[in-house]
Amino acid sequence: MSWWFILVLAAGCYACKVIGLVVLGGRVLPPVVERCLALIPAAMISALVVLNTFSTGHDLTIDARAAGVGAAVVAAWRKAPFIAVIVIGAAVTAGVRAMS
Amino acid sequence: MFQLLRDPRTRTVVTASITLGVAVGVFGISFGVGAVSAHATVLQACAISLLVFTGASQFSAISVLLAGGSYSSALGGALVLGARNGVYGLAMSTHLTGRLGTRVLAAQLTIDESTSMALAQDDEQHRRVAFWITGCSVFVFWNLGTLVGALAGRAIDPQTFGLDAAFPAAYVAMVWPLLRGRRPLMAAAIGAVVCVALIPFAPIGVPILCAALAVLVGVPAPAPIETRAAEVSR
Repeated sequence: MSWWFILVLAAGCYACKVIGLVVLGGRVLPPVVERCLALIPAAMISALVVLNTFSTGHDLTIDARAAGVGAAVVAAWRKAPFIAVIVIGAAVTAGVRAMS
Repeated sequence: MFQLLRDPRTRTVVTASITLGVAVGVFGISFGVGAVSAHATVLQACAISLLVFTGASQFSAISVLLAGGSYSSALGGALVLGARNGVYGLAMSTHLTGRLGTRVLAAQLTIDESTSMALAQDDEQHRRVAFWITGCSVFVFWNLGTLVGALAGRAIDPQTFGLDAAFPAAYVAMVWPLLRGRRPLMAAAIGAVVCVALIPFAPIGVPILCAALAVLVGVPAPAPIETRAAEVSR
């Protein structure tokens, strides 16, 4: 692998972070922007859940991960501790995969 | 700091943050394995995790290279995914004030985990604690995991242990406390639907960015009744 690739990738990703936090950030924002920004985690994290559960590249799939994440949802709903939700998700996925 | 730890709520936040770091570290192992299979040396795999430090971008870059893609296509997908950290930075900027040096350092730690952990808290002090502890523990464990994975090479298969599901399960644990009230629920549902709808067609990384458009449900000013209900539910 080329070191140039690694350095350009690192510089680009750091630039994204620093533009948001340092260059654009720290200004007083209009209330409507504040309201929208507050919804970013809910919108994007739920998208990350479905992306990491139901996709393999460009294909939508239902496999062992769906069972694991389903179990994780139940655990979160039953107010299980953070690590328990993750362990249950991984363990159920591994179990279903081992059986199929 | 030690005085802070006497507060039971702070302890809960610190425990959750470190736990999340460990979970991400376990996933870091699979990045290390993947990087080495994409012809990175152990040193290069570690350099990527230290310098790039944003898991989704790293994974997409590696998977494009593994699939035989060019450096520029690997870079493109990774940067589109990395762009969301800019949005996170913007969301965090009102909470992370202080010296320029501190903010320049905080920028490297502005990722999914630290931002969502911080925004899930409901006061400034716990937000900052959650951001820094999560950011630092994810940094330490992600890099340790990468080193272990790169050294182990192809000897371990992350799928056997369900490690590929550890990521979405962690996201479930993160997003669950945020889903209080009508607007966050709508934003989450729309975000998920937009993402699923785009996965088959859009370039890898784009569905997540488009899901961010769901925040537009926050545009209309809240009705007075809704505001009061939100206050009561706290």
